Amino acid sequence: MSPIISITGLAKTYATGFQALKSVDLEIEKGEIFALLGPNGAGKTTLISIVCGIVMPSEGTVTVGGHDIQSDFRAAREMIGLVPQELFTDHFESVWASVSYSRGLFGKKRDDAFVEKTLKDLSLWDKRDSKILTLSGGMKRRVLIAKALAHEPRVLFLDEPTAGVDVELRRDMWALVRKLRETGVTIILTTHYIEEAEEMADRIGVISKGEIIVVEKKADLMTKLGRKELRLALQEPLSEIPTSLAGHQLELGAEGSELVYTYDAQRDRTGITGLLTDLAAAGVHFRDLQTKQSSLEEIFVDLVKDKR
Amino acid sequence: MIVNHRAVGAIYRFEMARAWRTVMQSVISPVLSTSLYFVVFGAAIGSRIQEIDGVAYGAYIVPGLIMLTLLTQSIANASFGIYFPRFAGTIYELLSAPVSFFEVVVAYVGAAATKSIIIGLIMLGTAALFVPLRIEHPVWMVCFLLLTAITFSLFGFIIGIWADGFEKLQLVPLLIVTPLTFLGGAFYSIDMLPPFWRTVSLFNPVVYLVSGFRWSFFGQSDVGVEVSLAMTFLFLALCLTGVWWIFKTGYRLKA
Repeated sequence: MSPIISITGLAKTYATGFQALKSVDLEIEKGEIFALLGPNGAGKTTLISIVCGIVMPSEGTVTVGGHDIQSDFRAAREMIGLVPQELFTDHFESVWASVSYSRGLFGKKRDDAFVEKTLKDLSLWDKRDSKILTLSGGMKRRVLIAKALAHEPRVLFLDEPTAGVDVELRRDMWALVRKLRETGVTIILTTHYIEEAEEMADRIGVISKGEIIVVEKKADLMTKLGRKELRLALQEPLSEIPTSLAGHQLELGAEGSELVYTYDAQRDRTGITGLLTDLAAAGVHFRDLQTKQSSLEEIFVDLVKDKR
Repeated sequence: MIVNHRAVGAIYRFEMARAWRTVMQSVISPVLSTSLYFVVFGAAIGSRIQEIDGVAYGAYIVPGLIMLTLLTQSIANASFGIYFPRFAGTIYELLSAPVSFFEVVVAYVGAAATKSIIIGLIMLGTAALFVPLRIEHPVWMVCFLLLTAITFSLFGFIIGIWADGFEKLQLVPLLIVTPLTFLGGAFYSIDMLPPFWRTVSLFNPVVYLVSGFRWSFFGQSDVGVEVSLAMTFLFLALCLTGVWWIFKTGYRLKA
């Protein structure tokens, strides 16, 4: 398949001297859901903002649907819908007026039936005459999505769509994204929640300090990132790991009162049974245990470390 | 699509709807405050002031008052119109839309100019209730009205881009435009000034606007009408250059 978005050598240095992006190359396939993961300040929003025309690139080129975002900006931008991270809304406008305005702004002919359908899809129909000011945060987020969809874009950018969003809206949003994808819309979302990428994405790109570190199919990346930890809270603190347990990949944590076992959750044999048997044999008693998926922040740290 | 006319229409209607929503603030308040001028200067004091250039004082100040309101309203409308999306963050949508800067300016400045012209015409109607008016050159009057509204809406647009707080938004209209207008011959003929202050007044651009506009009413002016027209176009050109530069560099709009 041909890429719908093609980014080549994209760099951005702000007037303050801060280098937000360092020569990014990235291709987004038509019709895929692409998750851009990265810690805060990694350059996710800068990257999206350049593609959407809000920030000027310092170097490099971007094409959307084959249209250069600078020389052929009209054709490129008509294809794009953007849901920003912050709740930037027209406080004093009604939902209907604000969404209809967006459609006109993107050069689309007035189509009340389409706006109605969009509002209904987002459970906003009852609120169509409400001033946006009076809506809850979750509802405002829905309004921003409706505005982004009002001109029937072929590419949808969702910048941290579920930051500070309740479970219900998150589920709705995921369902909506899937429905859009079925109609052939390409979706690029940024997030720092691994669950979100896991739930949604076909491919995942990891960005850190202005560089794309990894771009992989989700399945491949999940095996890489799928480490888990088993944490055992001990009855008696240990000064060191007993020699009989040296065969297991154990670490002492919390000043000796905790044993940490890291394993690959994707594997058939995780080694947990063996570990627990050996612990009992070594006379190590524990009062509690928990397992924990490595957080994305930790994985980032690892990925960035590996890069150096 | 060479011109995104639907976007221009959408922005224009959006801005006009905002004026309608805030009709108290954007229409009634300027009309009310100007009516007070007519009552005080026109009816109450005006009857004790002798005619200027053969025109009753109450009628003499009408063109100047309309000009004063036209200037302040054009600036206020256009500057607020573009500043508010910047302040609220909703400017992201405008920047990511398939619109050229030219279209953005046409829509915002067009809406601001429309609003101030409507207010100007309402005031003209109000004035006619208080004082007998005659308009000798109606076509020229409309020309001056349009030119001034457009020019100062452009100027307001520039202020709305430049301002980084509500205070700055008020600063230029309050500290520069209002004094210039009051000293621009709205209430007097600059020929009534001592020679020194008359010369100083000639550096005030508002003098030319008021003078030209008054000429279209009464056929008399402080400075030649050609000079008035030329000065208005000069200021228009300056504002256009400013807007062109803003969009060329993305000043205060794009990082």
